[in-house]
Amino acid sequence: MTDSVPTGEDWRGVATEDTDDLPPGAGIFLRDRSRRLLGELLRPHRRSLWWLLATVVAQNVAWLAGPLLIGVGIDVAVPALVDGDAGPLVWITLAMVGAAALDTGLRFLFLTGSGRVGQAVLLTLRRRVFTHVQVLPLSFHERYTSGRTISRLTSDVEALAELLDEGLDGLITALFSVLGIGIVLVVLDPPLGLTALLGFPALFWVARWFQRNSTAAYRRTRETIAALIVQFTETFGGIRAVQAFRREPRNDELYAALNEDNRQAHDRAFWLIAVFVPAVVLIGNLVTVAVLGYGALRVMDGALAVGTLVSFLLYLRRFFDPLQDIAMFYNSYQSATAALEKLSGVLEERPTVPEPTDPVPLPAAAGELVFDDVRFGYTGTTVLPGLQLTLPPGETVALVGTTGAGKSTLARLAARFYDPVEGEVRLDGVPLHRLSDADLRRAVVMVTQESFLFSGTVADNIAFGRPGADRAQIEDAARAIGAHAFITALPDGYDTEVDKRGGRLSAGQRQLVGFARAFLADPAVLILDEATSSLDVPSERLVQHALRTLLADRTALIIAHRLSTVEIADRVLVMEGGRIVEDGSPAELVAGTGRFAALHQAWADSLV
Amino acid sequence: MDDAAAPDDRGRLSALLRLWPYARPYRGLIAVTFGAALLATLAQLAVPLITAALVDGPIADGDRAALVPLLGLALLFGVAEAGLFFLRRWAMTRSCLAIERDLRGALYERLQRLPVSFHDRWPSGQLLSRASSDMSTVRRFVGFAAVFLAVNLITCVVVAVLLLVTYWPLGIAVLLTTVPLTVLGQRWERRYNVQSRRVQDEQGELATDVEEAVQGIRVVKSLGRRGLVFDRFDTKARRLRRLELDKVRTLALLWCVFELHPQVTLALILVGGAFAVSTGALTVGGLVAFVALFTVLLWPILSLGWLFAFAQETASACDRIGELLDEPLTVTDRPGVVPRPVGSPARLAFEGVGFRHPGPAGPVLAGVDLVVEPGETVALVGATGSGKTTLTSLVGRLHDVTEGRVTLDGVDVRDLPLAQLRGIVSVAFEEATLFSMSVRENVTLGRRDATAADVDEALRVAQAEFVHDLPWGLDTRIGEQGLSLSGGQRQRLALARAVLGRPSVLVLDDPLSALDVHTEALVERALREVLAGTTALVVAHRPSTVLLADRVALLDGGRIAALGTHSELLAGHPAYRDLLAQESDLAEVLP
Ligand SMILES: Nc1ncnc2c1ncn2[C@@H]1O[C@H](COP(=O)(O)OP(=O)(O)OP(=O)(O)O)[C@@H](O)[C@H]1O
Ligand SMILES: Nc1ncnc2c1ncn2[C@@H]1O[C@H](COP(=O)(O)OP(=O)(O)OP(=O)(O)O)[C@@H](O)[C@H]1O
Ligand SMILES: [Mg+2]
Ligand SMILES: [Mg+2]
Repeated sequence: MTDSVPTGEDWRGVATEDTDDLPPGAGIFLRDRSRRLLGELLRPHRRSLWWLLATVVAQNVAWLAGPLLIGVGIDVAVPALVDGDAGPLVWITLAMVGAAALDTGLRFLFLTGSGRVGQAVLLTLRRRVFTHVQVLPLSFHERYTSGRTISRLTSDVEALAELLDEGLDGLITALFSVLGIGIVLVVLDPPLGLTALLGFPALFWVARWFQRNSTAAYRRTRETIAALIVQFTETFGGIRAVQAFRREPRNDELYAALNEDNRQAHDRAFWLIAVFVPAVVLIGNLVTVAVLGYGALRVMDGALAVGTLVSFLLYLRRFFDPLQDIAMFYNSYQSATAALEKLSGVLEERPTVPEPTDPVPLPAAAGELVFDDVRFGYTGTTVLPGLQLTLPPGETVALVGTTGAGKSTLARLAARFYDPVEGEVRLDGVPLHRLSDADLRRAVVMVTQESFLFSGTVADNIAFGRPGADRAQIEDAARAIGAHAFITALPDGYDTEVDKRGGRLSAGQRQLVGFARAFLADPAVLILDEATSSLDVPSERLVQHALRTLLADRTALIIAHRLSTVEIADRVLVMEGGRIVEDGSPAELVAGTGRFAALHQAWADSLV
Repeated sequence: MDDAAAPDDRGRLSALLRLWPYARPYRGLIAVTFGAALLATLAQLAVPLITAALVDGPIADGDRAALVPLLGLALLFGVAEAGLFFLRRWAMTRSCLAIERDLRGALYERLQRLPVSFHDRWPSGQLLSRASSDMSTVRRFVGFAAVFLAVNLITCVVVAVLLLVTYWPLGIAVLLTTVPLTVLGQRWERRYNVQSRRVQDEQGELATDVEEAVQGIRVVKSLGRRGLVFDRFDTKARRLRRLELDKVRTLALLWCVFELHPQVTLALILVGGAFAVSTGALTVGGLVAFVALFTVLLWPILSLGWLFAFAQETASACDRIGELLDEPLTVTDRPGVVPRPVGSPARLAFEGVGFRHPGPAGPVLAGVDLVVEPGETVALVGATGSGKTTLTSLVGRLHDVTEGRVTLDGVDVRDLPLAQLRGIVSVAFEEATLFSMSVRENVTLGRRDATAADVDEALRVAQAEFVHDLPWGLDTRIGEQGLSLSGGQRQRLALARAVLGRPSVLVLDDPLSALDVHTEALVERALREVLAGTTALVVAHRPSTVLLADRVALLDGGRIAALGTHSELLAGHPAYRDLLAQESDLAEVLP
């Protein structure tokens, strides 16, 4: 990617987000991409848009009729009334009121209609981005951070909303006036009309200048806003640590710097408008002076009537005023394009752990899990250098090993959070990447080391394991693992809100809820990654009792440091540096002289 | 938070006054903005006047020479208008961006200092949407709408006076027409305010959903619940659309009233004027002047509709921001606190401590009495959910006691400045909370002045030397929430952070839960040296952790049910034995 001709591939997805100075080609690529997205979003509404255009044109005609009618009124109806004939006055007044009513009615239709289209576009965009983000692999999320994703789905979408809210209306009206009046000008007096059109090259030049500079400026604002949101979410996600470690003053400084960056980025963009719009005004005024001078000369030469010059000048004003609106629209447009650039980048990210297009059906898994020569590492490292492992159906396997050995990594491969770099993970002989998401998730469920609860009630969170589960099933799941007692003791029992991240519950209680959730999911392969680490001994024992019955007919991989957990296993694996170094039944291993025997001895010594 | 604030009887626009303290520092710029806007309006009038002069003067006289100065004048005004335009935009940009920055900064600073209980209660998206969407609403209003609102109002008043001067009976008639406009307008403005509020709240809800879906992506993926999460999001997104459309309808109605009004009034002027002319009370020239004056008002009146609506929307955004700024700082320095000498290690005492969360739930702690002597380590043992974490959070005042007091060397922790207290007390939470910064920054979070030797020492104690093997060693940036590390690695880093600089009071909440037996033994050995010199409270679920302590306190029913050494409690307290004795079936099965 060094000095070769750049291709779109280099800037695909979110790759350009961290670069400030884009090579020229990349800018065009990004703009095209965002325009394409806008086009895709608007295309389904083509018919509505045409209707809206027709409405707004008709409405403008009605609006322009008012001043015209009053002119007629003064010239015709007033003299008639003075002569004692009220007829024309009545007609003109009725016509004025009629035009006003028509104008208002059409305006209402236009506003509500364009609101509907705008909101439909936003809804589609929100749905698309949200779905796509959910499909993207963990490796994307780890790189991109939640704050940036959140800013894409909130403030970037809102930038488009602004364009749709304010822009469309102004643009159509303004374009209509400029076009209409431009024609009137040329017809009214061709030489003067052409003089007026002299302003156009200058306008184009200014607009190009604005476009060139503002694209980068607005791109930058989207980034600074995202940076603010990232800092914001991270601070308040870890507020306990922030406060306990007196991080507030330092965070204030960091945030102030980002805030100032954001101000400067906006300042730059707004500075460009502050030059652009007055420049349009200036051009308009210069043209007016030119028309005035030239027109005056022509009047003196007798080539032009004074009245024509006066009305020409009046129209000229109406010609340049809407140009300001167009300039403002251009500004919203630039801002929205920058946002769409970012959004289309996220949409363009390829799911690197994709669902197969022609999945192998696996309606009921037996639960045989095979790691066939699996090699895996996160960016730049190798965690599992080569793993050969078979978990026969129905077997309960305990996995132990020092921290950082790669136990969770192995579990994540089994749950297909990542695909192996080499080799395959197979379920009942089918490689995981050939299974549909629905089949895979029904067959394999993992309780992660980090128990994450969603806001909602306790029951909601447990039901997350099986949507549509009824209350009895939820309670059974909770009862089976010994969580029923504490849940019923909560003020609203199962309907108690767990608050943000389950903060209403204690750490152990959160783990129990997470456990019940997986229990309810009832998979063929259950992976428990230190699912009981925060429980007290009696609760842990209850869970283990439950596991004995629960795991009887399913494959289980239990990762644990407390060797008490191991006792329910048929087989123990000891992992060291990404390799399985011991493999056997608990009894065999304890009797031997290997690591597990030593571990077990140490653990037994630590007991009372 | 959910339902919109009840509309009160004062003009709801008063919420905009909240902005004044933030706008004050920039009042010079704001004055320039208004001045430039008014002057530009005047400059616009110059061209018609010059045209008139041109027509009456040089053109009528055929005097080509006289053309030049007048054209020069027109040029001058034209350039001046553009210049004033620029000045207005520049000053406006400056001030509105600065106001936005200051307000957002103030909000962030305030939020950081609000108690943990506040943050547990408030959905994160609600905070975020206030700091981003509502902020930009405020910025757009201050930057664009406020000036036009003022200028248009002034224009309306000036023209109204001119109308009265031109022909007062018709002028009064025109003024009377504004009555229905005001009445209808006000009703819909208020409705718009309420609807804006609903939309803003829903945006917050949606942001919360997005945040949860992204941060909980592991759970969503492992259970395959993409569909469920999408449905939740979609329900809210559709509700947002519905609310937005309600808002659009009201705005459309408003807009229409303000669009209809000047046009119908114009028709009335024609009728009234025609009769006045026919009775000779008004000349045709007078009528033309009257009409011409009124047409100047067409655009200002029309735009007032949405300008007021925008003001309402901003008012409700200000309300939302204000709610956070008004939230009381319940955990804060008492007035007049000064740093007090506290020994190192200090004596930590809980005296009749009770704690209950606001709401219907009963107290978590009731009458806890416990003394940890200087240099002593006490293990805190209790069942899941018995209140151990709650008790430990009282020491560093993440929560404040609701009864009794916690003291350090006899001084109530609430009588110490927060900064001093949190410097004395160092904690490791049950869930390692790491940030996406370098390892070094994470470890020195609370003590930025720590030396390299201190850091190495802390890493050694926590057995976190693995960090040296990371690609950039201590400068490696760890992923969001530390999720690019293994569970045990995270926990050890959090432990290193807590023991850094040998704090005089150390609070460890189940600090070894994610470690394997070997590593745990190594950490324990190293930790003992640290514990010897500090007062420590260690929450423990396992016998091995309990053995770190000199004494053990059993927390049960919100009180300390038993206190003594491990062996004393094992012998004398069946409840304690149940909780810790881990008689292993495995040991029985095996030879
Ligand atoms: N998302 C990630 N990105 C990069 N590196 C990672 C990521 N997750 C884990 N690692 C690294 O991979 C190695 C193995 O981690 P893993 O989480 O599998 O360990 P583990 O055996 O589960 O340890 P523990 O018992 O502490 O949970 C560690 O060195 C860790 O730092
Ligand atoms: N915001 C809240 N409102 C009401 N009750 C709460 C709130 N937060 C926590 N609780 C309750 O307070 C009790 C004590 O919680 P705490 O986290 O202190 O328990 P713990 O002893 O640390 O448990 P664990 O061993 O599981 O960590 C729990 O029963 C919990 O449900
Ligand atoms: Mg792990
Ligand atoms: Mg706890």
